Amino acid sequence: MAAKTLDRRWIFLFLFIGVALPLIFVIGLPIETTENVRAVYQMVEDTPAGSTVLISFDYDPASKPELHPMGRALLQHCFEKDLKVVITALWPMGVMMANDILDDLQPSYPNKVYGQDYVNMGFKAGGMVTIQAMGKHFKGIYTTDSNGTPVENIPMMKHIDNFENIAFVISLSAGAPGVKEWVQVAGDTYGRQVSSGVTGVSVSSVMPYVNEQKQLTGLLAGLKGAAEYEYLIGHPGTATSGMDAQSLAHLIIIIFIIIGNITYWRNKKKQKKEV
Amino acid sequence: MKRRIPLTITLIVGLIVICSEFIPHRPFSQISSELEVWFMIISGFAILLGQLNLIKTNVLKIQYKQRNWPYFVITLASFFLMVGTGALWGSQQNAGLLGHGTAISSAIGSKPFDYLFNNVYQNLQATMFSLLAFFIASAAYRAFIARTTESILLLAAAILVMLGNTSLGTLLTGWLPDSLSFLHLPKVSEFIMKYPTTAGQRAIMIGAGLGIIGSSLRIILGIERSYLGGD
Repeated sequence: MAAKTLDRRWIFLFLFIGVALPLIFVIGLPIETTENVRAVYQMVEDTPAGSTVLISFDYDPASKPELHPMGRALLQHCFEKDLKVVITALWPMGVMMANDILDDLQPSYPNKVYGQDYVNMGFKAGGMVTIQAMGKHFKGIYTTDSNGTPVENIPMMKHIDNFENIAFVISLSAGAPGVKEWVQVAGDTYGRQVSSGVTGVSVSSVMPYVNEQKQLTGLLAGLKGAAEYEYLIGHPGTATSGMDAQSLAHLIIIIFIIIGNITYWRNKKKQKKEV
Repeated sequence: MKRRIPLTITLIVGLIVICSEFIPHRPFSQISSELEVWFMIISGFAILLGQLNLIKTNVLKIQYKQRNWPYFVITLASFFLMVGTGALWGSQQNAGLLGHGTAISSAIGSKPFDYLFNNVYQNLQATMFSLLAFFIASAAYRAFIARTTESILLLAAAILVMLGNTSLGTLLTGWLPDSLSFLHLPKVSEFIMKYPTTAGQRAIMIGAGLGIIGSSLRIILGIERSYLGGD
């Protein structure tokens, strides 16, 4: 079949050009928000100023292009709504991912003070069990923050004992441990509002939690979810610019699928005639 | 005896954890909380065990000059380089054995561990993940062929979701009037993900959940013993 004989390097070349060009010359394709992203946005909007929220960075650099813009947009939104943010990580690299965003955002939010408005509690091994323990006694699990500062010396942590003192939890998740563990423990066991941002490939496995029982309050799905959130908070970032490249890459893949099918049916017709 | 002790521990711990879910009172709640702390300590040791295992397997491969053995030298060298720089000068705000390494940090712009993480590790991981896009494109071209009714349905769903999940969906169908909004590609994509996909996924999750319960019971009751090693 011709579909099988086409040198795949042609596909790679077209895809490379399709991804690279829109990153250099921004097209500015329209972005439309979906129900799940609006639900996450609304959850942050409806949380009273001064509340403490928890964002868990459960990913590593491999998922950075999709999840980093979500983390940035969510932190920007929380800072603008005057929410106090506790950062945790179920993945070892999550700590550095969070610090990377915080370092970038610091010049834009000079009035936000570490320890008073936000804190990075760092990585803890154990996944689901760590979350269970957080629900019972937060300070028993996190005795220091990621810099080694004792938790008693962190002003915003003084009134945090368990999930009762957390308004909502958001997990930026690239796999396990991640969003499923947060839903099953923080959501189902302790009744906290949980939301999440996930990579495009894991959306289908997380979607069942977006249900009428609100196990998950909305969902940021892949780069598009991040771009939609950036649009909603009015701070276009890397997800917005990346959407052009992703759109064109999808279009190229679709074109190749159509070419593959046309070739397959043409060859089939030819074979029938020959018989 | 060698096997009976770990099997008995597994049985007792398993039963306590199950009981604490149904009887959240003393002594079960207390023991369960204590076991959670133990679990986290053991998880910490598991990371150390993983590192020792990485060293052992790679050293053996190099020692016996297995196929592609130079790659294992690179793995070990990279491992010790990261561990070494982290231990000597620390990372970010944390100091290492030699303090913060101000001189070396000012020369390269950040601490050696952070420098390697930001400029080598992150880029290597991003590259590995990005390569997937090329392989997915090539695989989609070969796999999505409309041979049967089922494959036509799969193909149509894939194209609709691919278009709906990008700005192209909005661009192509954004002009549709409100009465035809159900044909709007992002909405069609959302519908496919929300109903048919979720229905299938739930079935898989329920099946997996039942499987996990079955396996857990087999481990607690000592029927499944492969976790003890050996046969």
